[in-house]
Amino acid sequence: MEYLQTFFAQYGALLAQGTWDTIVMSLVSTALAYVIGIPLGVFLVLTDPKKGLLPHKAVNAVLGWIVNIGRSIPFIILLVAIIPFTRLVVGTSLGVPGAVVPLVVAAAPFVGRMVEQSLAEVDAGLVEAAQSFGASTWQIVVKVFLWESLPSLIRGFSIVLITLLGYSAMAGTVGAGGLGDIAIRYGYQRYMVDVMIATIIILIVLVQIVQSGCDLAARKIDRKK
Amino acid sequence: MIQIEHLNKTYVSRQGETHTALTDINLTIEDGSVFGIIGQSGAGKSTLVRCLNLLERPTSGSIIINGRDITSLSEKELREFRSSVSMIFQNFSLLQQRTVLRNVMFPLELRHADKKEAEKRARELLELVGLADKCNKYPSQLSGGQQQRVAIARALVNNPSIMLCDEATSALDSMTTHSILKLLKDINEEMGVTIVLITHSLAVAELICDNVVVIDEGKIVEEGKTEDIFANPQSEVARKLLEKRL
Repeated sequence: MEYLQTFFAQYGALLAQGTWDTIVMSLVSTALAYVIGIPLGVFLVLTDPKKGLLPHKAVNAVLGWIVNIGRSIPFIILLVAIIPFTRLVVGTSLGVPGAVVPLVVAAAPFVGRMVEQSLAEVDAGLVEAAQSFGASTWQIVVKVFLWESLPSLIRGFSIVLITLLGYSAMAGTVGAGGLGDIAIRYGYQRYMVDVMIATIIILIVLVQIVQSGCDLAARKIDRKK
Repeated sequence: MIQIEHLNKTYVSRQGETHTALTDINLTIEDGSVFGIIGQSGAGKSTLVRCLNLLERPTSGSIIINGRDITSLSEKELREFRSSVSMIFQNFSLLQQRTVLRNVMFPLELRHADKKEAEKRARELLELVGLADKCNKYPSQLSGGQQQRVAIARALVNNPSIMLCDEATSALDSMTTHSILKLLKDINEEMGVTIVLITHSLAVAELICDNVVVIDEGKIVEEGKTEDIFANPQSEVARKLLEKRL
């Protein structure tokens, strides 16, 4: 008990700051990744040469390549490879802003695929019905594709957010701050096992909160039985 | 009136092979009638009915509805036109994430109608199909027959002059089928809505259609008054379908 008290007196503030940085990094980059990923996923579905509403082989292929290239670069490599780009965008490659850029670049293609898969689950009959009532393509995207797949989109969101929690720890190793940074500097370089374990416990708790929160939300709004 | 003249529909597969779905279809459907298109699965009836609201674009030929050739409408005119020709489907095609009431309001919402009036109209139609108490339910909470009634209410919300029914009772048991067909007949008689119904079931056609055509392999093989075709079928397919019924 006494041990815990001294531990928190010494590292409490550090861990709190690290947790906060990790949460901000993950949430901001997830949000920005969705800003890019939703249109990407929508266009992947719309331009599908076989079943799309706006079939376009070339556009679909190019979007598919971009997504695949983005997804095939391991994050730790992407992180250092795009440092010049990161500096160009936010002026620094350090701290939370420096981490958000590579996180978004890594996550956007991933989000694009997740969104595409969620939208592909929507019954083609619903799209046809909406068309038969004179819906425009934009109305079909918003009122049929996105709205009908909302539970699935939320489940996808939890996967993306948890993945980015993990990635943000990697970004910590190159100066982004957050729990990953603390685990490396204290736990790894200074052999402080207790700090390392504390970061792991916090990450486990964060993942649990995200997962059960999203599951609950998805279940609440899912009306398909 | 719906006039179909020399309608052809051909699909070209990726390998460049052509598949003919409809060949030289000529049809006239009078206003206010219940018209049946009968055939076995794969005969082309689904394609034909989808040409009537251009969910399928014909390869050639014309479709004249209320004096206008719909194949020459612009994108915007087509969307406007579609609000006067509504459709119900075999699997109901209700939006699962919307309540019954909001499903019925959906076509009005697409046209940016006033929300209060749309709701009032939707409630009236749910009353008409006997589901006034289900407004706030979701489709998955209803039986198949109830879902099709919701779809019928949704199809009527724009005051259409024509209603297309694509195997509308095929997913339902025979009692429910009878009640849905009776509802369609009432709608036809009381509101004067022209009903075009496609079915592989002669029993369905016999119950409500004034006139029918029988199609096989994309061609019309027989047409006439329902009772005449039932009494004295000329084509092989009609005889076959008739035998199946008995």
